Amino acid sequence: MASPTAAMAPTLERFADNVWLRFGLRRLGRLLVSVWVLLTAAFLMIHLIPGDPVRAALGIAAPPELVAARREALGLNDPLWLQYVHYLRDLFTGDLGVSTITGLPVAQVIGDRLPATVELALGGFGLAVAIAVPLGLGMAVLTRGGRRRQAELAFTSSSVLLAAVPEFLVAVGLVYVFSVALGWAPVAGRSSPDSYILPIVALAVGPAAALARIVRVETLSVLQADFIRTARAKRLPDRLVYARHALPNALTATITIGGLLLSGLVAGTVLVENVFAWPGLGSTIVQSILAKDYPVVQAVVLVYGLGVLVVNLAVDVTLALLDPRSTIRES
Amino acid sequence: MRSRWGSVLRTPVGVSAAALLAAVLLLAVLAPLVWSAEADAIDTGSILRGSSAEHWMGTDNLGRDIFARVMVATRLSVVLALVATSIGVLAGLVLGTAPLVLGARAGRIVTAAVNIAVAFPGLLLALFFAVIFGVGATGALLAIGFAIAPGFARLTQTLVARVAGLDFVAAARLAGVGRARLIVRHILPNIGEPLMVNATIAAGNTLLAFAGLSFLGLGVQPPAYDWGRLLGDGLGGIYIHPAAALAPGVAVVVAGLAFNLFGEAMAKGIGRQTAAVPVRRWRRPAATPVQRVPGPDAVLAVEGLRVSFPGPVTPVRGVGFTVRRGEAVGIVGESGSGKTLTALAIARLIEEPGEVSADRLEFLGKDLRTGSGPALRRLLGTSLAMVFQDPTTSFNPTRRMGRQLAEVAEVHQGLGRRPALARAVDRLRAVRIPAAERRARQFPHEFSGGMRQRAMIGMGLMGTPALIVADEPTTALDVTVQKQVLRLLERIRADDSVAILLISHDIAVVREVCDRVLVMYAGRIVEELPAADMHRLARHPYTRALLAAVPDMTTDRDRPLAAIPGRPADPTRLPVGCAFAPRCPLADEQCVREDPPLVADVLGHRVACWHADLVVGEPR
Repeated sequence: MASPTAAMAPTLERFADNVWLRFGLRRLGRLLVSVWVLLTAAFLMIHLIPGDPVRAALGIAAPPELVAARREALGLNDPLWLQYVHYLRDLFTGDLGVSTITGLPVAQVIGDRLPATVELALGGFGLAVAIAVPLGLGMAVLTRGGRRRQAELAFTSSSVLLAAVPEFLVAVGLVYVFSVALGWAPVAGRSSPDSYILPIVALAVGPAAALARIVRVETLSVLQADFIRTARAKRLPDRLVYARHALPNALTATITIGGLLLSGLVAGTVLVENVFAWPGLGSTIVQSILAKDYPVVQAVVLVYGLGVLVVNLAVDVTLALLDPRSTIRES
Repeated sequence: MRSRWGSVLRTPVGVSAAALLAAVLLLAVLAPLVWSAEADAIDTGSILRGSSAEHWMGTDNLGRDIFARVMVATRLSVVLALVATSIGVLAGLVLGTAPLVLGARAGRIVTAAVNIAVAFPGLLLALFFAVIFGVGATGALLAIGFAIAPGFARLTQTLVARVAGLDFVAAARLAGVGRARLIVRHILPNIGEPLMVNATIAAGNTLLAFAGLSFLGLGVQPPAYDWGRLLGDGLGGIYIHPAAALAPGVAVVVAGLAFNLFGEAMAKGIGRQTAAVPVRRWRRPAATPVQRVPGPDAVLAVEGLRVSFPGPVTPVRGVGFTVRRGEAVGIVGESGSGKTLTALAIARLIEEPGEVSADRLEFLGKDLRTGSGPALRRLLGTSLAMVFQDPTTSFNPTRRMGRQLAEVAEVHQGLGRRPALARAVDRLRAVRIPAAERRARQFPHEFSGGMRQRAMIGMGLMGTPALIVADEPTTALDVTVQKQVLRLLERIRADDSVAILLISHDIAVVREVCDRVLVMYAGRIVEELPAADMHRLARHPYTRALLAAVPDMTTDRDRPLAAIPGRPADPTRLPVGCAFAPRCPLADEQCVREDPPLVADVLGHRVACWHADLVVGEPR
């Protein structure tokens, strides 16, 4: 019988050699640095505001005693490093402060508003992918090798157009057509299931058009690859050649670029929510900036920033799963 | 440079984008002069009116004309967008060239910061900066400017990295040119063009972003107004008065697109432009009498095979040969001689716009020119194996090796997932891949080059091949591995009497493996001869030159290696006569005037040369 240590050694070695483990550690390190930068930026944001943010929030007419008391309450008279330490400590205990306007705990405001925004973002993301992948793949197959020039021109020009129109203008257009002119959908608010349709569509149209273009271009270049020729030499049916061999390889490149679009979609919720009076974080942050309610602004910026970082992480992990080579690549 | 800008204006998209952009800029200058009075005229008598003769887009809640206000808002919207873009480009340039100015260590910190900032969407950065700089036009300008800066910093870094590696920059550096001067005099002029293109596109996006901030109420504050502000004000009344929201929306889209499209057209004009390739229909060849009847043991019979591409170019011009059961036939020739296209055409792997025609193309007695039904697909899938040149790129990098082999059996032999995988493992073992079971679970990048090529052959053995078409199977491998692969092919051929069509530019490889050799030049077979006695039998000057170019043990190492003078024939400009004539020492007037036919002697040795009888004996 082999001794347990001898059996352990190769296991440990394999463990250390595991590309997945190394990938995970490296990616985790990058995430932690990004989160730290984000936390620090959100902290400094308040301190970079020219003048006295408390004075600005309370207005010029506020009595100096009130301003001083509020400054003391917010800890703004402490040295900067101490404020930073307190800020980090509060964050880790889940204490995000209190809204200077409503007096509600910020954590509660976020808790109330976040789900509506997440619904919107996930819905928009899902719809964009559901449209873009089949559309881009189909157009690539139809227009490969310079076939169907007209179809290609129609697709590229309309997708450029749709991708260039910002989501809030799409939203206004949709409201006009479907709510005002046709009366099919509610104009604003979050109530019945059909109130979800327009905001989600408004959010998805631009990214879907841009993504479909990317999927098409990537698929076209993958269709030139040697391994597609191999798949055809194996006489696989076309659907297998496209779905099994072309698509996964086209998606790896698509996801890299598409990840940027998707984090843009997270930010796009801000504008769309304001068009549809959607009770989410996007309308909250705008109202809070206008009202100079800095604790709320800070928290919402943090939540949005974390959202973007999570999307980026998800993109990298998906990439690694789809294309095992990307775990070795240095980022 | 000028011609490139000219080429931007010659495309239809370029012209319309330029015209649109010019109109927007002109409007930005003139509109406030023309419509200002009307735009500010408060008329409490006609509040929130719809379209009328006097106000054809209606009026707002103070009775002001909406059309005039949208027109006047052009100037502020465009100016703000351009200023914000300039801020962003300048900040991006400073950040992007910082690594050059500050040196490696400080530069790395700047780069890391830029990398983190780039991950966040512009709007989020803009909101972040809007908090710091405060609500209002100035705050929004700075916010948007700084929000697009990381993107430009990244772009500048990439461009600088590309330019900084060039010789003239290295030379300037050696000559002691200072860092600042290096950037201003040597680097910036060379990255200016792509920066301009991206700045133009960014201006369009900035315009849209500014409209967004103003729409949210964070940008331009009343009484000033830009399109975003008008849109935000109009949205509340969209039920009663849609024009007030739609008109500024349309203006934003049109102006944003003008910048975007112009930028794209510039990018396209500067970069290379893909010419439209006309697509032609598959042409059925006219029936011509077939000269030679292949024997009953023929695996492959080809007659009059032509491959052409739009241009028109015809890289394969009437190739004909047969391959018998268990026979190894080689095709040699320089690159561009049409060998690979011949192989792909035989395997029916030429895709549109390429076009294949043949007088005869039969594989195991089945006509490959017609039909593409499932029966033919199965026949080719199981009986015709392909081995390609580069085993690194010929496997799907995202699928496990075993599965890539197994799918052949799943599709053509109807095996289940498990039995198909077992067969794949068995085939990997058959091509001598050690630990086949474990290897089957690995991805292609975990295999060595030689192993990949053997696995490729193993993939061909999933069925029961009658013919293996190997296109330069050893070119990408190192010499010791080449031998292994060739020996493997030979063993398969001997064990199962599988025919092999080996395509190579290396006449030595072909001579080692094959029974017969076809020599191709400029898309035609110029000679067909037995491999064993090539040196003695070769009669075409091209074949002899190829043989002379191969060094062997008797080659005098002090003399330079023999090479064929001249260049390979250009398939787009083939001469009327013999394509080899310009490089041929024996060429005379007849060779230039008339293309020699491929003529067979009694032994089946074929040669296409007017002077085939002049050259007998050992090549020089």
